[in-house]
Amino acid sequence: MANPKQNTDDNLLEVKNLKISFKTDEGIITAVDGIDFSVKRGQTLGIVGESGSGKSVSTWSIMRLLPKNSIIDKNSSIKFQRKSGKVVEMTKFKKNGRELRKIRGGEVALIFQEPMSSFSPVYTIGNQIMEAVLHHRDVTKKEAEEIAVDMLDRVGISNPRQRFKQYPYELSGGMRQRAMIAVALSMNPSLLIADEPTTSLDVTIQAQILELMNELQEDLGMSIIFITHNLGVIAQVADEINVMYLGKIVERGTTKDIIHEPKHPYTQALLKAIPRLDRIGERLTAIRGDIPSPLSRPTGCPFYTRCGKVIPGVCDVKMPESTHLSDTHTVYCFLHEEKDV
Amino acid sequence: MVKFLVQRTIGMIITMFFVSMMVFAIMELPPGDYAERWAFRKFSGTGAQITEADLDNIRANFGLDRPAPERYFKWISGIVLHGDFGEAFAFQTSVNNVIGQKIWLTLAILFFTLVVTYLVSIPVGIYAAVRRNSIEDYALTAFSYLGFALPNFLLALVLLYVSITVFDSSVGGLFSPEYADAPWSIDKAKDLLSHLVIPAIILAWSATAFQLQTVRATMLDELNTLSVTAARARGVPEWKLLLKYPARLAINPVVSTMSFDANRIFSELPIVALVLGLPELGELLLKSYLDLDMFVAGAILLILTFMIVFMNFLSDIFLAILDPRVKLIEG
Amino acid sequence: MTTTNLSPQEEQSPVTQTESKEAQRYYSATQFQLIWWRFRKHRLGQAGALILLTMALAGLFAEFFGPYSGITRTSEAVLVAPQAPRFCNDDGCALRPFLPGVTAERNMETLRMETKIDLSVRRDIYFFIKGEEYKLLGIFKMNTHLFGIEEGSIHLFGTDSLGRDIFSRALLATRTSLSIGIFGVIIAFVLALVIGGTAGYFGGGLDYGIQRLTEVVRVIPVIPLYMGLAAAFPKEWSSTQVYFAMTLVLALVGWPTLARRIRGKLLSLRGEDYVIAARLSGAGPSRIIARHLLPAFMSYIIVDLVISFPFMLLSETALSFVGLGLRPPTVSWGVLLQDAQTVRAIEQAPWLFIPALFVIIAVLSFTVLGDGLRDAADPYQVSN
Repeated sequence: MANPKQNTDDNLLEVKNLKISFKTDEGIITAVDGIDFSVKRGQTLGIVGESGSGKSVSTWSIMRLLPKNSIIDKNSSIKFQRKSGKVVEMTKFKKNGRELRKIRGGEVALIFQEPMSSFSPVYTIGNQIMEAVLHHRDVTKKEAEEIAVDMLDRVGISNPRQRFKQYPYELSGGMRQRAMIAVALSMNPSLLIADEPTTSLDVTIQAQILELMNELQEDLGMSIIFITHNLGVIAQVADEINVMYLGKIVERGTTKDIIHEPKHPYTQALLKAIPRLDRIGERLTAIRGDIPSPLSRPTGCPFYTRCGKVIPGVCDVKMPESTHLSDTHTVYCFLHEEKDV
Repeated sequence: MVKFLVQRTIGMIITMFFVSMMVFAIMELPPGDYAERWAFRKFSGTGAQITEADLDNIRANFGLDRPAPERYFKWISGIVLHGDFGEAFAFQTSVNNVIGQKIWLTLAILFFTLVVTYLVSIPVGIYAAVRRNSIEDYALTAFSYLGFALPNFLLALVLLYVSITVFDSSVGGLFSPEYADAPWSIDKAKDLLSHLVIPAIILAWSATAFQLQTVRATMLDELNTLSVTAARARGVPEWKLLLKYPARLAINPVVSTMSFDANRIFSELPIVALVLGLPELGELLLKSYLDLDMFVAGAILLILTFMIVFMNFLSDIFLAILDPRVKLIEG
Repeated sequence: MTTTNLSPQEEQSPVTQTESKEAQRYYSATQFQLIWWRFRKHRLGQAGALILLTMALAGLFAEFFGPYSGITRTSEAVLVAPQAPRFCNDDGCALRPFLPGVTAERNMETLRMETKIDLSVRRDIYFFIKGEEYKLLGIFKMNTHLFGIEEGSIHLFGTDSLGRDIFSRALLATRTSLSIGIFGVIIAFVLALVIGGTAGYFGGGLDYGIQRLTEVVRVIPVIPLYMGLAAAFPKEWSSTQVYFAMTLVLALVGWPTLARRIRGKLLSLRGEDYVIAARLSGAGPSRIIARHLLPAFMSYIIVDLVISFPFMLLSETALSFVGLGLRPPTVSWGVLLQDAQTVRAIEQAPWLFIPALFVIIAVLSFTVLGDGLRDAADPYQVSN
């Protein structure tokens, strides 16, 4: 469906019709509602959306890390090409099974928004890097330590041998995120999922980390899924961008498509909400209203309750189909349906 | 670490100082005075006539005519300087003679009970948290509730009854008759251990119920932390991950409440000891309260409390070793 | 979940346009309404509350619900086993329950007395029957009992070694034990409020001193401490004096936990803007504590009070059991259980342990009620 002209052999990851729900006291909540996306080898896919749009849920599901009360729909498919070349279906793995554990860390790695809480406070940084190395490679403790120190050095941590013995609370926030990246990359994964990796950092550190990630991607040739709510950040790293709203992808395209020719009213609104150096003097506009509760999902287009260009009787009745504006640019909006190529 | 130890030791001494004053106050509480009780004990049944002058003599002998602060000072300095806890008039000998060996038996009971408590509550609490909302989890929660609610003397009576009717053996006492006065040997120690099982189960019962819930709750919190998901995302096998991350942290609250467990165990000890006929400090404490033998009661109260305070000191040290963040706070 | 955007709190932020009536009701509710709504979902907690209410009523009107006074001895009924009312015999069934006849015979082999139930004898049970005189609530002279029997005597829970009806005595004991718990908790609360409030509000050296004092009370093993205080009751004190002294003793040992909680809450709240605002506008300490600080954590305190009940009940029972608490003729759960101190009691008259069931049920009820209230007292916490 998505990117029909694209050579599928080139895809490291292909997600089709992904639907994820959660069983809660209040009933079944659908967090991700039938989305497709794919990640090409060596490229960066950006996923943008507000809190609650389902962007983290959909990427965590790739590694099958969702909590016990989550349900991945049986028609969903997550196909991942392993280093061996074999394509595996991630949804079919036994929970926490052997093959899944080999892929976790070894081939797909994950870094989080909060480097403080993603490290355990009672073990040293070195211990937690070595753990990953020891689990995936047949090396001695001494060799694992060398790999870990080398990796710390590589992500730009000074005095790596000393840092190795330190506890997470003894490091600064930026330092911890670098260490987290070191843990993730120590196994040389083919896919790195970065879940808001820079959100909790201040702006200068944020820029350093983004630069580091770009560098490392060039060196190691991995693919990245970069999740953020900040379009300004994603423009610096992504090749392709998917915009998510309330469990649906509403627009996808190359970074250029999305940043320069946003078509969906939601994408346009998001872009107006970030400060830009080239538009000094313009007012920032917040998107009116709040994201609806997933318990009471709107019928029809999910965004109609907050959309400035809502077409009454249409948007609130049915979900818009995909409209292909170009080879790379797709939007799900009634405003553009007649322009289908 | 040295600074940490010194700080904690000083804290322990200050607490014990205040405790000793409170214990002394309790010793002074009962109406009538020590001289009257002493005289009553000594001469009842002998037909001797006691006069006011005799009582005054006894008072002067024991220094009871002195004001309270002076008597407190005499009492506490006797304990601190000479390890002398005073006179046990009901036994007509020194308190030290009366409590001597019982201290070690009491410590043995405490130690054994704590071991049982932790051996059960930690693994079972972890299991209950991992299998949250399963039938086993609910059953364990129900057990915990019963652990809070069942009076320990009732449990003691029931176990005593079961052991007599079903196993045809008495669980009373700490030694079998043949070992009671025998010198210490391997066999005697074994005999003691076998007699410790039932008291330990009874005393560990409510402590286990409490700690099980503590471990379960901490474990549940820790299971949901990002560091666990991060480790899972690194491909660490599930059981190894559970033991290394959440389980390790779930032990911390248990370690930090060790002194509360000791307090709970010593609280229940006198009553359970009464039912089971255990010759240790708790049972002696109860007897001396009933006899108003306050020097014995005071000594026991002081010793039991000191054990609790010392446990608190130990748990502070263990915690500092277990959790690197503690040292950070202490500086 | 504590992570990024998986947290339910964020996802449940209010929808602006279509705020339902229910949501509006939710946002405008007072704290106690919220607690009440949440508590109503907690079945176990409600069951606990219901049982306790029943116990309290049964205790309050013990003389009416029980067929005999606590001291009436039936000399021909010593250590009688519990008697279960029946509805049917060979003659058929009837709505009116009756007790069957009982004949006692000595078994010549075991030399034990053995009782035989004779179903052909019907001793009807009557309701609202006239019996012994009593004063309801200590005021109204009455002689009506909820149920009773005309020939012989009725003992639902059996009798003790003096031929006293355990059912009637257990109800009276419920009154004593629950009321001692209630008074104990109230006095402990007042002490905790004054001591913890002073420490938490003023802080500094006063706080340090009070902290040391609470620590000392907390490290001394609790029951031995109780015992020490209880041992000081003069032997010649009347049972009423001992009763009040007991409530005082329970409170004296029970306050530190509560005081710590109050102190902790006050310390964290006294820096809040609205408290500083009140202080700047000239409100005195007692007004600030009572008007601004207490309401902010009242719900937590209530939960703490409920949770401290079981401890009071168990302590009273344990102390009375070993003879250091209440004394006969006062009847409490612990006093009743004094009759059941030995294994022989289990063998010969296990029904002497029925009062222990009251203790267990009351403690369990307070525990589940406390759990329910604690869950409910966090009204803004979104359930997972």
